[in-house]
Amino acid sequence: MIRLEKRPQPSRVWSMATPLVAVLATMIAGGLLFAALGKNPVEAIRTIFWDPLFGEFAFYYRPQLLVKGAPLVLIAIGLSLGFRAGIWNIGAEGQYIMGAICGAGAGLAFYPADSALIFPLMVVAGALGGWAWAMIPAVLKTRFGTNEILVSLMLVYVAEQFLASVSLGLLKNPEGFGFPGSRNLQSWDAAHNAELITGTGMHWGVVAALIAVIFAYVLLNRHMLGYHIRLSGEAPRAARFAGVNPTRLVLFCLGTSGALAGLAGLFEVSGPSGQISIDFNVGYGFTAIIVAFLGRLHPVGILLAGGLMALTYIGGDIAQSNMGLPSAAIQVFQGMLLFFLLALDLLTNFRIALSKPEVV
Amino acid sequence: MKLNKLLTSAAVAFGLATGAVAADDKTKVGFVYVGPVGDGGWTYEHDQGRKAVVEEFGDKVETVYVENVAEGPDAERVMTQMALEGADLIFTTSFGYMDPTINVAKKFPNVKFEHATGYKRADNVSTYSARFYEGRAVQGHIAGQMTESNIIGYIGSYPIPEVIRGINSAYLHAKEVNPDVQFKIVWAFTWFDPAKEADAAKVLIEQGADVILQHTDSTAPQAAAQAAGNVITFGQASDMAEYGPKPRVSSIIDDWAPYYIARTKAVMDGTWESSDTWDGIGAGMVKIGEISDAVPAEIKASALALKASLADGSYHAFTGPIKKQDGSDWLADGETADDGTLAGMNFYVEGLEGDIPQ
Repeated sequence: MIRLEKRPQPSRVWSMATPLVAVLATMIAGGLLFAALGKNPVEAIRTIFWDPLFGEFAFYYRPQLLVKGAPLVLIAIGLSLGFRAGIWNIGAEGQYIMGAICGAGAGLAFYPADSALIFPLMVVAGALGGWAWAMIPAVLKTRFGTNEILVSLMLVYVAEQFLASVSLGLLKNPEGFGFPGSRNLQSWDAAHNAELITGTGMHWGVVAALIAVIFAYVLLNRHMLGYHIRLSGEAPRAARFAGVNPTRLVLFCLGTSGALAGLAGLFEVSGPSGQISIDFNVGYGFTAIIVAFLGRLHPVGILLAGGLMALTYIGGDIAQSNMGLPSAAIQVFQGMLLFFLLALDLLTNFRIALSKPEVV
Repeated sequence: MKLNKLLTSAAVAFGLATGAVAADDKTKVGFVYVGPVGDGGWTYEHDQGRKAVVEEFGDKVETVYVENVAEGPDAERVMTQMALEGADLIFTTSFGYMDPTINVAKKFPNVKFEHATGYKRADNVSTYSARFYEGRAVQGHIAGQMTESNIIGYIGSYPIPEVIRGINSAYLHAKEVNPDVQFKIVWAFTWFDPAKEADAAKVLIEQGADVILQHTDSTAPQAAAQAAGNVITFGQASDMAEYGPKPRVSSIIDDWAPYYIARTKAVMDGTWESSDTWDGIGAGMVKIGEISDAVPAEIKASALALKASLADGSYHAFTGPIKKQDGSDWLADGETADDGTLAGMNFYVEGLEGDIPQ
């Protein structure tokens, strides 16, 4: 008889090992899925995980990994601070959208001026936009005790309506023949978040993501506020006795994650995406939640998890194109990753014991 | 060790390169789809076009496709990847792929690109689109006579000229046969989202609509109409015949196959040139699906007559006198709309209620 036995303390080994085991389990289960679809599973797995890094066209895909991974990491870092303190911001997608709208809007207000101040202004406006959007659930929570999970999530849909509205109205390209969508910022140097070194994929968003990782690491390990964040999540009662101000913490965590999500949106709209359009958001805010957990809410872990997630996206597209795998199979494959992670997380807190059932 | 690895990968790269050269006598054609190939509508028909290319050229052609590609940087990456992998011709089949297509085309001057429904072209980028509004005219003609509640529900995707043109065309021709007809329009802000589309259809039916027209890609509105009973629909982009003879009484079909075959042939022959194609019923790019027995014979006959006049060019779907919604004159008596105005159409015609979302 197999039983689960609660561990006296969460296992450190399993806590570190579960992401790796989850990736392996995903490869095996995914391989079986691909085999069931009549594709060579080894080739499929190699296409997804190997080709973008070391394949023939890796020179193109490696930079793309940065482009795809940067917003994920930037958002996930912000989310992880809140998640550690037990503050659940599920609405990063909305904050991402609002950051992009505010940032692009602030820039486009000065079109076609050519000033070195425009891009920095857009960065500030982008961060503020995301921050302000996250402040809504934060203030509602601290003043009226509403649930931040629901409020932040619902605000995503409000933000999507805003996005559609500005694409069709306020920010619509006057030279766009009536089609929705803003001017393309890529063709306006003052506002273009271009690659810092051509061909590397390294744009300001990637730099910001790396800085965020370092700051989060220092904050959590070397700073009183970081200690308060961890304490609130691990031992809320003790945190109260230690004098942690919960209101301040909620405002800080939601505000920071909102600002980082807003920044991610701004760097995306001014760089890889180029324009505000109705379909601008592609789910980074939600995927970042997976990235945060896959990375164990640890800054370095999130960096690696963001890279891995980006890899499955890029590799997944290659597998679709080269092997004719349906996109649904790729999505199932990505979903398995979180599924196995959460399932295996059980082993962090429980151990499997083999014993006979006790007769009562 | 490191050197070893380097040499191995170099050898592998060389092997792949020679492999690529050996396979180069095949023309490689890529397709980028915004929805899943099984959407039963827009993307499905593009994929039928791809299959027709395979059937036509057999071993001489290799096709690849990626479905569910988000408009934006993801689309750019997928196109670049296809170009890197040796595609000679790439069809990008959604309006939102316009800027990505232009960006990628700049980097690969030797690869030909074909962008559906856009307006930006380059030496190696063509655009193509179907005069879907001609089909809408026939649809409006049938719908206006079939409705008993005089309320026609319309599920819009995005308020872009292509969709607005369709609404105007359907309305004008419904109004022509039924002066009391009223259009209720719901904007779904998606091309493909069965849940949203079904909700939109239900809302319209609750408001009294007994005809549902859609400019979204899934069959969900058809299913919703079927469940409601006594509501008729039209197949969108694809025949959707499985919902006939009722609710689906007819359909507008995009037939991309002849165009895709012709363009692939042009690449093979080296005669491909950047062009702007906008074909309708006459050229066969837009087809009217079988009108089912749920439609009375005389309505069917007049609908087919209208279709014939659109096909031979004796009638234009936008023929004056037509006023704009605000009452100002647009087309004088007998005047027909020019393509430029149609391409950028951002106003309703007189009689339509509500505002275009801004």
